Amino acid sequence: MAEGGKDRSFADRNIDTSPAVSDRVETTTCYMCACRCGVRVHLRDGKIRYIEGNPDHPVNQGVLCAKGSAGIMQQNSPAKLKKPLRRVGPRGEGPFEEIEWDEALGLATKWLSDIRRSDPRKLAFFTGRDQSQAFTGWWASQFGTPNYAAHGGFCSVNMATAGLYTIGGSFWEFGEPDWERARYFLMFGVAEDHDSNPIKKGIATLKERGAKFVSVNPVRTGYSAVADEWVPIRPGSDGLLVMAIARELIAAGRVDYDWLARYTNAPWLVIDAPKRPDHGSIARDADGHPLAIDGRTGKPANALRSDIRVKLTGAVEIEPGVMARPAYELLARRCMEAAYSPEIAAARTGVSADHIRRMARELADAAFEHEIRIEQPWTDWAGRRHTHVTGRPVAMHAMRGISAHSNGFHTCRAIHILQMLLGAIDCPGAFRYKPPFPRPCPPGLKPAGKPGEVAPMAPLAGSPLGFPTWPGDLIVDDEGQPLRIDKAFSWEAPLAAHGMMHMVIANAHAGDPYPIDTLFMFMANMSWNSSMNTSHTIEMLTDRDPASGEYRIPHIIYSDAYASEMIAYADLILPDTTYLERHDCISLFDRPISSAEGPADAIRHPILAPDRDVRPFQDVLIDLGVRLGLPGLVTPDGKPRYPGGYADYMVNHERRPGLGLLAGWRGADGESHGRGAPNPGQIERYKQNGSFWSHELTPSMQWNRHANAEYLEWAKGMGFVDTAEQIVLQIYCEPLQRFRQAARGFGPHLPPAEICARIETYFDPLPMWYPPLSHAAPDTEDYPLHAITQRPMAMYHSWGSQNAWLRQILGANAIYLHRDAAAGLGIADGDWIWVESRTGRIKGQARLMDGVERHTIWTWNAIAKRKGAWNLAADAPEATRGVLFNHLIPEFLPGRARLSNSDPVTGQAAWFDQRVRVRKASPEEAGIAAPQFPVLPRPPGLDPAPDILRYGEDFHPRPAPLRRTLP
Amino acid sequence: MHPAYSVIFFTVSSGAGFGMLMIAGTLAAIGRLSTDALFGWLVMAAALGAAAAGLISSTLHLGHPERAWRALGQWRTSWLSREGVAAVATFPPALLFAWGWAVAGKLSFPYVCAGGIAAVLALVTVACTGMIYQSLVTIRAWHNRLVTPVYLVLALASGALWLAFLARVTGNGDPALTHLPIGLLAAGWLLKRRYWRGRDNDTGGPTVASATGLGRDGDSVRLLESPHTQENFVMREMGYRIARKHALKLRRVAVALAFALPMALTGAAMLPAAAPIAAVLALLAAVGGTIGIAAERWLFFAEARHAVTLYYGAERA
Amino acid sequence: MTALPRSTAKALGLVIDLDTCVGCHACAVNCKEWNTGGHSAPLTDEDPYGADAAGVWFNRIHAFETGTGEGGRTVHFPRSCLHCETPACVTVCPTGASYKREADGIVLVDEDLCIGCKLCSWACPYGAREYDADAGVMKKCTLCIDRIYNENLPERDRVPACVATCPAGARHFGDLADPGSEVSLLVAARGGFDLMPELGMRPTNKYLPPRPRANTCAEAAVEAPERASGFLGLIDRVFSR
Ligand SMILES: Nc1nc2c(c(=O)[nH]1)N[C@H]1C(S)=C(S)[C@@H](COP(=O)(O)OP(=O)(O)OC[C@H]3O[C@@H](n4cnc5c(=O)[nH]c(N)nc54)[C@H](O)[C@@H]3O)O[C@H]1N2
Ligand SMILES: Nc1nc2c(c(=O)[nH]1)N[C@H]1C(S)=C(S)[C@@H](COP(=O)(O)OP(=O)(O)OC[C@H]3O[C@@H](n4cnc5c(=O)[nH]c(N)nc54)[C@H](O)[C@@H]3O)O[C@H]1N2
Ligand code: SF4
Ligand code: SF4
Ligand code: SF4
Ligand code: SF4
Ligand code: SF4
Ligand SMILES: [Mo]
Repeated sequence: MAEGGKDRSFADRNIDTSPAVSDRVETTTCYMCACRCGVRVHLRDGKIRYIEGNPDHPVNQGVLCAKGSAGIMQQNSPAKLKKPLRRVGPRGEGPFEEIEWDEALGLATKWLSDIRRSDPRKLAFFTGRDQSQAFTGWWASQFGTPNYAAHGGFCSVNMATAGLYTIGGSFWEFGEPDWERARYFLMFGVAEDHDSNPIKKGIATLKERGAKFVSVNPVRTGYSAVADEWVPIRPGSDGLLVMAIARELIAAGRVDYDWLARYTNAPWLVIDAPKRPDHGSIARDADGHPLAIDGRTGKPANALRSDIRVKLTGAVEIEPGVMARPAYELLARRCMEAAYSPEIAAARTGVSADHIRRMARELADAAFEHEIRIEQPWTDWAGRRHTHVTGRPVAMHAMRGISAHSNGFHTCRAIHILQMLLGAIDCPGAFRYKPPFPRPCPPGLKPAGKPGEVAPMAPLAGSPLGFPTWPGDLIVDDEGQPLRIDKAFSWEAPLAAHGMMHMVIANAHAGDPYPIDTLFMFMANMSWNSSMNTSHTIEMLTDRDPASGEYRIPHIIYSDAYASEMIAYADLILPDTTYLERHDCISLFDRPISSAEGPADAIRHPILAPDRDVRPFQDVLIDLGVRLGLPGLVTPDGKPRYPGGYADYMVNHERRPGLGLLAGWRGADGESHGRGAPNPGQIERYKQNGSFWSHELTPSMQWNRHANAEYLEWAKGMGFVDTAEQIVLQIYCEPLQRFRQAARGFGPHLPPAEICARIETYFDPLPMWYPPLSHAAPDTEDYPLHAITQRPMAMYHSWGSQNAWLRQILGANAIYLHRDAAAGLGIADGDWIWVESRTGRIKGQARLMDGVERHTIWTWNAIAKRKGAWNLAADAPEATRGVLFNHLIPEFLPGRARLSNSDPVTGQAAWFDQRVRVRKASPEEAGIAAPQFPVLPRPPGLDPAPDILRYGEDFHPRPAPLRRTLP
Repeated sequence: MHPAYSVIFFTVSSGAGFGMLMIAGTLAAIGRLSTDALFGWLVMAAALGAAAAGLISSTLHLGHPERAWRALGQWRTSWLSREGVAAVATFPPALLFAWGWAVAGKLSFPYVCAGGIAAVLALVTVACTGMIYQSLVTIRAWHNRLVTPVYLVLALASGALWLAFLARVTGNGDPALTHLPIGLLAAGWLLKRRYWRGRDNDTGGPTVASATGLGRDGDSVRLLESPHTQENFVMREMGYRIARKHALKLRRVAVALAFALPMALTGAAMLPAAAPIAAVLALLAAVGGTIGIAAERWLFFAEARHAVTLYYGAERA
Repeated sequence: MTALPRSTAKALGLVIDLDTCVGCHACAVNCKEWNTGGHSAPLTDEDPYGADAAGVWFNRIHAFETGTGEGGRTVHFPRSCLHCETPACVTVCPTGASYKREADGIVLVDEDLCIGCKLCSWACPYGAREYDADAGVMKKCTLCIDRIYNENLPERDRVPACVATCPAGARHFGDLADPGSEVSLLVAARGGFDLMPELGMRPTNKYLPPRPRANTCAEAAVEAPERASGFLGLIDRVFSR
């Protein structure tokens, strides 16, 4: 474009239309949320001038969300911690003193080495928004404690587990819809998700293409607002909707049988012998191969052979007197149960039977009448060459609207089964895996921590987390009692693949299953927005044993970068850097940033030097490991193995020979990708490439990867899978049946009596729907409304409120209700209302709307702040008008047993099961949110927050004083 | 619109000042002005003082008062600039007129000419003030052809009230001066009534549907979320809302104080029986009238809805 | 000069798609971020960590609901300066600080001339004028005048910050005076409209209405032909692996 500022009439305007933007541009990875977009940071005179999306980056391709665009204000936050702190007064009241790092690390080393010498389980190491779980989990194993997990248990483990046990991949960030080709996109319970930018780009692509976008969600905001069809479902009932749709498809024969037969265990025979221990197991031959009915002979045969022709229904005798039936038949029968008829589903879901039938019809129409054919040759698992790939252009995606319910595992499984009925997995137009997925269903890793696997001064015998497939994999003692502090992998939550961070404080406080010594946490605001029953959690953190006068949780070490609500409850604070000041590694071992086209990983590297006495937490963890002498962190002669800190570890640590945290530019010459010796120049190569590595798979490897020989061979080479065998997707989940049989008294490992019935009910190998567990409480009818939360697009959990820009957008949160529901309660827009649950109550301001399911109230998540936290003014709207639904949500189910308010299969926190009632507050009660807590003092070293910000004035061509006084 | 006190003070005070100038200048021009120097001194000090005070106060709410002179530059397009130019231009002839009347003590031709010119310029100034508001299509309550006439008549009426008072104090009770307020107040009252009637019956104007382009099929459009949770400049400046009930009450107060009371008091002062306290009555009329006009001005702002409020929850503006 | 140019060579502006905007505020914050260090630096924030945080923003995102029941919608609505063809914000300005460029139609404020009288903010129907009380001057969307012609930026970045960053592709930038430009074609194809046309500002920026909802097979028969044969019909069928 021509220079625009110099035309005649306005020549005097003196506009510089080509100012220099920056004197330095660095690429790195955003961490204003976990989406991990690539950014270009423009710096001028060492200050950030501008952060923009990196156009070359595979995740965001140049766009940046609101949070990412506010990175300047995160770096500029007045809540940044400045120096290690030690508590010097009562816990929770905030008196701290600043100490030197040496003293801080010395203190931590003393506490931890005492534990390691006596009983490593007494360290509970839990990391929240952690993006270095590949490292922190490994560190925990080196220390020897099984009590490790990150935030997945309260986040979306239902999605991960249901996916991994069913299709060897999952929604979440492990797969994505084929935005370019989908014709019908069905989304369940997503407000924002981790793929923040990709989903927005994807939805725009869909709409551009005229595809139909259907959003199942009780609330019509954000994505649901732009959907072609909004399905206002009653919370917790999606499973019923999905099963009813599946039933319609099955009844009408609108099912991709060929696909099921080829790629899933639909033809596998399930033993029908109720009296035998192997009832419900897959019938296998002597070599352990699953059996199917060979259609030509009518006899059972090895189901894995490529040359057999299988049946999907029928019955066959596998042993004298023992019958078995194909899994598909069982699935079909399940779906045909009266409970799943559209009419019954309609009553519960609020979605009419006609609507359900129409959805089924539209799905089938898109999948089958609009089949896609791509002339892309590929080779299947059996070595057969195909000339093309067939696409079923129906894509689905689901997240926490499904997962944050105690029936989320089964609901998510039902959704995957719906995808499979339509043949819509990893094919054009459908959900696509992101490498390293698919993995075997489930992956082979087993949790460690069983009796004998934990010992003083010894590393844990394996990884603290994994995927149990039978009761023998549980982390329980001989009586079947939990051995982990969070009770993950116990009979209470056998498939708790991500741990149960939300139960740690309650269990540690109760000494159930045992007391611990030190709770070590990283990046989790557990005294506020990531705990259930926040008020009670605060009490537990400060509660003392009356006998000894000691805190019930004797030591709490915490690493945060900011003055969060949690700070006040720690005894020792290890202040972290910001994301622009440290090395980080977004590894394929962790939650990857890959796309469907191929794997990718990325780094962060220090762009700014910290202006305060803080250290990157990963460096600190390595330092602590050296001080403790942890095996993987010191050389045999006791020297630090990674003297260069985390950057050194990222480059030089090998999990298995040739496999390290970063896949790009390995090998001495830096030319190997995936596998290769450590390359000292690796980080430089990443920086030269925009701080990421990505690899695009050849087109023949991009589809049907669960059965794509070429892909699986390659994946094996990359270390993603151990063998190149077909990954058979599981419509029938045999591992569940193994637990169920134990509950029926079979096998060497039996659940404690009080849990038997629960296991028998919920460990159903077929998909099912049941009402959320807490809805079974006798008084449910007294609480007629559902209370749920949503992610605001412009805020990340608790940590956006310290951001001067983001908090202007959302500085307080209202309680949203349907206009008609409010009218019935005599509530007008702006009224102050009480929301009461069985265990707690909150007060906030009502906002009325139409786009919400009538029995649902909702609010934005984690906007409310405790007075004084985050270096905000005590009268900040976050504290005076913000409401936190967490106060309403009990951590235990109703009843005497201490059973977690979680999914009975995975231990996923059931945030969205909450039932409440609402009433108008009295005029005297109006004006301030409840509950309120004492004001948290500002941690030492922090300056009072400024009362005006003129960020960027230095970048103006003319100095501010001149501009201000010009006559 | 936010009723900012500085702006209310400015329009009321300079309106009264310029109003006095208009009347005095006109009377001088038609040869009906008393040449009493004390009277002249008082009138001109009050008129120029009030006008100047108003003008100065109007610069105080500027972000850059020291740049106020720049406002004189754009008289070709901007009513605000025109107002500034006219106001500034009013002063030299007004001062000359004042010199002649109050100091030289004679209203000879040049001074009378200056008075006439000052009167015309004062009228132009007040008309420009009115036009600043009347020209704003964004505020329907102001974009109304009665706005400038009301400004003019109220300026004249308040000027007349003060003149009447000063005339009585100095014993220059020419009926042209002492009776004038009644006519002007009556005119003001009538105009204002018509204005309020018109406003109350107005169902036109932009709606949230035209502001957003949504709901063109007749669907209702309702604000769900404001961009930010706290108030911003636009909301503070333009989002002021007054409840209708409250506004009606205030209208009655304004009418009583601005019109009914001063008319009654002025009338009473004209009664022979009231002669001893005529000046006091005139003063009460002037004070009451001024307060009433300030109330009217406050309402002028408070009742005005800016189009931008449509983006913040209003249905019609 | 507050007189308006008789015509402008170009009419640069934005086209905002209400059909795809998800209300994420990315454009608003990215605008803030770019502009706080740009032509109008700084975009001051008052009381940034207190009870009444209020800053200067050139772009703000509202959300509206329209209709009720099945026909109801939620629409996110970004709002910034529309760079009007006959903007009263320019003609009311007493100082000439507010002006419209002849070359491209961009409406700007010359902060060195502005006296902070705020009259332009009264004259703008769209709330697009942002007063910076600390600097005592009016500020507003510059259409990223320091990006779109900036020779220090690569060609592909010479678009407004809000356009570059919008993840939903809901913002388009171009010359609306050129009927053949991409933005003009888009406006023509999608029925782009003016906000409050009755007020006569003749906005340059256009909004694209929400599209009619896609329906892939509205009235396909409920009964699929295979229905009766559905599950039972499988009995005799065999499938290859
Ligand atoms: N009611 C309700 N509650 C919920 C949810 C819900 O939907 N509804 N969602 C749940 C889910 S899914 C999640 S994941 C959790 C999230 O909840 P949390 O895991 O608590 O996450 P955050 O609040 O984002 O922040 C955690 C802490 O990390 C700190 N932090 C930020 N950056 C850094 C850094 O660079 N280094 C260090 N060391 N610390 C840093 C922040 O200051 C903050 O104190 O909330 C859960 N809680
Ligand atoms: N901007 C932003 N992005 C984030 C985060 C953030 O805090 N801010 N957090 C990140 C984290 S940790 C996570 S886990 C992800 C979560 O991302 P999402 O899965 O989008 O999480 P939520 O906002 O909790 O979304 C839950 C959605 O489900 C709906 N819902 C609730 N109950 C039901 C139900 O029973 N059925 C259906 N169908 N819908 C239901 C809610 O209305 C809401 O829209 O987002 C990540 N991305
Ligand atoms: S989605 Fe936004 S906050 Fe998250 S990584 Fe990407 S740009 Fe950063
Ligand atoms: S960035 Fe795009 S999608 Fe987000 S609010 Fe702005 S216009 Fe809408
Ligand atoms: S939108 Fe407002 S500020 Fe922008 S040009 Fe139009 S009238 Fe002026
Ligand atoms: S505030 Fe500045 S730009 Fe606006 S009208 Fe006044 S002088 Fe002109
Ligand atoms: S064009 Fe530039 S200044 Fe205007 S709203 Fe967009 S980013 Fe902000
Ligand atoms: Mo999460």
